[in-house]
Amino acid sequence: MDAIFLQILNGLDKGAAYALIALGLTLVFGTLGIVNFAHGAIFMLGAFCAVAFNKLLTFSTKIEDTSVTLFKAYKETPYLKIWFPEAGPVLIDYSVPLSILMAIPVMLLIGYVMERGLIKHFYKRPHAEQILVTFGLAIVIQEIVKAYFGANPIPQSAPSIVSGSAAVGSWVGLGENVIYPWWRLIYLGFSGVAVFAVFAFLKYTTYGMVVRAGMRDRETVGLLGIDIERHFTIVFALATVVAGLAGVMYTPVLPPDFHMGMDFLVLSFVVVVVGGMGSLGGAVLAGFLLGLVQSFASMTAVTAILPGIDQIIIYLVAVVILLVLPRGLMGRAGVMDD
Amino acid sequence: MTKDLKFNFSRRGLLKTGASAGLIASTPAFFMSNAWAEEFRNNPGSAGEVKLGFNVPVTGPYSEEGKDELKAFQLAVKHLNGEGDGGMLNTFKPSSLKGNGILGKKVGFATGDTQTNTDAARASAKRLIEKEKVLMISGGSSSGVAVAVQSLCQESGVIFMAGLTHSNDTTGKDKRRYGFRHFFNAYMSGRALGPVLEKEYGKERKAYHLTADYTWGWTQEESIKNTTEGLGWQTTATVKTPVGAGDFSQYITPVLNSGADVLILNHYGKDMINSLTQAVQFGLRDKQANGKNFEIIVPLFSRLMAQGAGDAIKGILGTTNWNWALQDEGSQAFVKSFGAEYGTPPSMAAHTCYVQTLLYANACEMAGTFYPPEVIKSLEGFKFDGMGNGATEYRAEDHQCFKDVLVVRGNENPSSQFDLLNIVETTPRSQVEYDWKIFGGELGPYKV
Repeated sequence: MDAIFLQILNGLDKGAAYALIALGLTLVFGTLGIVNFAHGAIFMLGAFCAVAFNKLLTFSTKIEDTSVTLFKAYKETPYLKIWFPEAGPVLIDYSVPLSILMAIPVMLLIGYVMERGLIKHFYKRPHAEQILVTFGLAIVIQEIVKAYFGANPIPQSAPSIVSGSAAVGSWVGLGENVIYPWWRLIYLGFSGVAVFAVFAFLKYTTYGMVVRAGMRDRETVGLLGIDIERHFTIVFALATVVAGLAGVMYTPVLPPDFHMGMDFLVLSFVVVVVGGMGSLGGAVLAGFLLGLVQSFASMTAVTAILPGIDQIIIYLVAVVILLVLPRGLMGRAGVMDD
Repeated sequence: MTKDLKFNFSRRGLLKTGASAGLIASTPAFFMSNAWAEEFRNNPGSAGEVKLGFNVPVTGPYSEEGKDELKAFQLAVKHLNGEGDGGMLNTFKPSSLKGNGILGKKVGFATGDTQTNTDAARASAKRLIEKEKVLMISGGSSSGVAVAVQSLCQESGVIFMAGLTHSNDTTGKDKRRYGFRHFFNAYMSGRALGPVLEKEYGKERKAYHLTADYTWGWTQEESIKNTTEGLGWQTTATVKTPVGAGDFSQYITPVLNSGADVLILNHYGKDMINSLTQAVQFGLRDKQANGKNFEIIVPLFSRLMAQGAGDAIKGILGTTNWNWALQDEGSQAFVKSFGAEYGTPPSMAAHTCYVQTLLYANACEMAGTFYPPEVIKSLEGFKFDGMGNGATEYRAEDHQCFKDVLVVRGNENPSSQFDLLNIVETTPRSQVEYDWKIFGGELGPYKV
């Protein structure tokens, strides 16, 4: 029972990451009709916002390190710790959540520049060309990040107050031994809030209503005198922010490196297809569903009977779902049917 | 009379005379060194420069190791050509190197990107051999790549001086006459770790393995498992994880209730950084199991990895091929040279690549030729010192180097940003030696 409970949490956590990336992908596909293979790279850029923010906070003075005698080496002490001996270390400790403040405007800007500079030129081009150009863009972004930050993962710590584990077992009447990292629980909560915020924005604001109308029938909305393209630019930027924040918050879970976006991209596309192309609810549902399935398939009891099943289960489930429901879990007729 | 003056050779007589004339004509050359009549691939002939091929992961998950390897190769070439402070050229003995290139020819190099992918690595090695005309190939940071490139080098008749490769297979079942490994292997890690594990964690333990699902992971798991079971430990489970899994949470949570009190991470590079960081996040280091402190072991450590894992590495035991904190003359000379050039100490990947380049050059000098079969014979059974890790031998039977192995622990209180690993024990060479026949395999022919 303990193991099952932990795998449910793992599945939800993993599913939350898939759902957040897939949500952005679907948003962009549903509004702009763009198959954006650079979306994983945007997730990675968000994570590197946290790294860059941490580097800013820990910008240091270099003092010769006398403990290294064979060559000239330097010790680094952050200016923040020198100038503010009490507040400085606290700010550095909270660098991941604080980096959200930097990530929001940066990701908005990146999204805007990306859409205006490149994506808009491919609205009416075939999906194959969109995939090629966005995949190329993802590689360029990756290489730039690698050139600047190196190829090794760069660990980012959660604030020390939430760096340990919570005794989740005792919350639900299981043993005290059943623990789960605080930060992963926070990530789960954050994902819920982010998904809710996107849905609320689309459902309860006039802006969101126009976007939803545009997703249904772009032409008619345009005929009503609404500049739908401008709305869609903002939606692209919004999707960029969602993926970016998902990246920021994921850094204490997985030390970010230049390739982390690609690792999530393929699975996120599977999530989008299983959820139904263009369906926001479907993306979220499929994200959590596939996360859970993957977690359960990794249980030793399962892999003992079916070795290697954990590595293919997502694709197996996707095949079965698409055979039964060719448009995915919540796909609409007419979207990418041809 | 007329009949006597006639040249009347029989067919047999002509053959005999021809063979004798040939033998006499070639006799002076036979006694000259460097006069092998054999033609071989990429023979530099009378050219003033020879080219070496450095095939390293410039892209992909091990590119940090690749970057460090490339720095070491460049430094080795510099030292071979008599530039810089000479580094380990000054401490390596017995050495035939003179600091004037190799056999009087200036050393140049060409580079390739393995991408830590066997197909890409083979394609890149092929280009180095066929287009760049390199005499030797070195580098790499994965056993899968090493085994693939080694086999290509055997087919091509070009010597392969392996970089970082820790699988038993490289000099075991997949060994090749043209391949040489200076780096230690998984079996040696197990032998070195055994006594330390017994001393630190006792004889009654239950181990749970998470293992990277490829040649290196399998052989490391097998070696460490044999060692720990030899100590009396039980193996609770051995779970294979996909390379580059990223999030290992679904593999770590089952450990919590498995009854195990030790987690052994047979992971390297990015996988190790992620799995260790996540294992610590899941509270395994603070956990008690079977009335003991729960322990994590990482059998293969590197400083570059320790850097990536941050605080999670503190207190964790493992083994390493070499560490910059070693106090022997050779290691110090290398650290000094590398540090002055690049501002950081060399990694163990850099060290092995530097040493391999010098060893190849020295073997050519000893053989007096670049002709691979003779260079191979010079390397086989070669005993040397002054390159770190004490007296070392390239065993002739499997081309595996034998030297002292370091058991290290993640430093709890680092004195500098590089002081990440503490040397717990230097395991003597005699303790990690084994019968070469246990891993099978055939070296293959000298001439290809």
